[in-house]
Amino acid sequence: MAYSEKVIDHYSNPKNVGTLDKGSKSVGTGLVGAPECGDVMRLQIQVDDTTGVITDAKFKTFGCGSAIASSSLATEWLKGKTVDQAMAIDNMDLVEELNLPPVKIHCSVLAEDAIKAAINDYRVKNGLEELVFEEKGVH
Amino acid sequence: MLKLPIYLDNNATTPMDPRVLETMIPYFTEHFGNAASRNHPFGWEAEEAIDYAREQVASLIGADPKEIIFTSGATEGDNLAIKGVYEMYASKGNHIITATTEHKAVLDTCKHIEKLGGEVTYLEVKEDGLIDLAELEAAIKPTTILVSIMYANNEIGVVQPVKEIAAIAKKHGVLFFTDGVQAVGKIPVDVIKDGIDLMAFTAHKMYGPKGIGALYVRRKNPRVKVTAQMDGGGHERGMRSGTLNVPGIVGFGKACEIAKKEMAEDAARLSKLRDKLENALLQIEESYVNGNREHRLPHVANISFKHVEGEGLLMGFNKNIALSSGSACTSASLEPSYVLKALGLGDDLAHSSLRFGLGRFTTEEQIDYTIEQITNTVLKLRDMSPLWEMYKEGIDLNSIEWAHH
Repeated sequence: MAYSEKVIDHYSNPKNVGTLDKGSKSVGTGLVGAPECGDVMRLQIQVDDTTGVITDAKFKTFGCGSAIASSSLATEWLKGKTVDQAMAIDNMDLVEELNLPPVKIHCSVLAEDAIKAAINDYRVKNGLEELVFEEKGVH
Repeated sequence: MLKLPIYLDNNATTPMDPRVLETMIPYFTEHFGNAASRNHPFGWEAEEAIDYAREQVASLIGADPKEIIFTSGATEGDNLAIKGVYEMYASKGNHIITATTEHKAVLDTCKHIEKLGGEVTYLEVKEDGLIDLAELEAAIKPTTILVSIMYANNEIGVVQPVKEIAAIAKKHGVLFFTDGVQAVGKIPVDVIKDGIDLMAFTAHKMYGPKGIGALYVRRKNPRVKVTAQMDGGGHERGMRSGTLNVPGIVGFGKACEIAKKEMAEDAARLSKLRDKLENALLQIEESYVNGNREHRLPHVANISFKHVEGEGLLMGFNKNIALSSGSACTSASLEPSYVLKALGLGDDLAHSSLRFGLGRFTTEEQIDYTIEQITNTVLKLRDMSPLWEMYKEGIDLNSIEWAHH
């Protein structure tokens, strides 16, 4: 299967690979997927407590090129957004931007799940209730 | 100068040897006759060419030319052998024994037999990929008519104890069929010494053309017959109808002749290169060879790189190196290799595997380049793998509650 140029670019030069301090109150961490399924994503956001703006985002992903590209792009999009704006990121936006084929849509769903999990982790750490998101059900 | 891309997927198919192509060409144009045309020189020429090729093919496996039934390839050979025996020996029984690591052409044919009312036992393999001979013998019952165990595995290259399997089958009066696709032309296969009753193999895995293969069907001690699965002109002793693919058969014959002559030399050279590749890649932390390393084809290696996903790994160099992975991130099921899982590998390790199939045209320079590329990519991907980070922090990955999809 041929990959789109954007996927190849993110794979070859991934943006924001790394680790934030998961113990910090201003960091939200989302760990989604499973090794048995062939993909695991960890996405982290650093939030400015006063403005609610995501000042930094990092990821590490075990998975195929599309999974790596989805998480790399997601971190790019997260930076500069407020937490509320971040919640509006939809997996289909990632699919469109990266030209993912149908068999790779699950990679984008995983990235969206990772964003939401990171947001919830941040919320819980800061005394807010966990948000319930509807299941995408692609897997 | 190293020419890219490099082909290391010779278990999938091999490039055709130029000597084979050269032999085939006249049979597309000048000598185009139908080997079944008995009344003119065009037919005679074709028939003569077929006879010669049949001898070349038979000679490679120690068979009599009359025991070679040409097919379109090994999938057809597997189907013809299993379904053909099932029908032919229906009065004797309806039980077949095979193994979970067989090729899909065997497994799916067996599933078909089950739908027809037959009974199939699927033997588990040991963690090195070999079957347990005691388990095989214990599985034989009065209704057993066939044991179907592959000679060598396409994913891990493990070579089964064929002689011992044949002896057990013979002792119980059961026929022994082997899918010889990966072994024939690569390691010595002799149907008499090995005690094989039926064997499917194909030209395109041994530097011959695609679309031509053979089924060996024993004629003596015992005389074996299979029920034809295609009706027609009664070619190939009535077991496989259809106009013979003369250029393909001529090429297959030539490929067999070359294999017979050069097999030992090829194998010695390739096992050295394979070992060099394998030993270099095993220098990478947390990398493992899958399958028995001793009873193995000389040109095959299957290696898992823990905490790196196979397809992602391939992407690091697949423009330059052609390989395959046990990961199946593209398939709808997302299921990794069933062969690796049958060895008891966790899904994570199965997802992390690469299969190397070296071939006649593989060079040392190519292997050196491959070692470098793969090592770099594994290290790069581990730097971005959350699993590797956790592993390095001493976190037991099994203690994490993963969200299974």
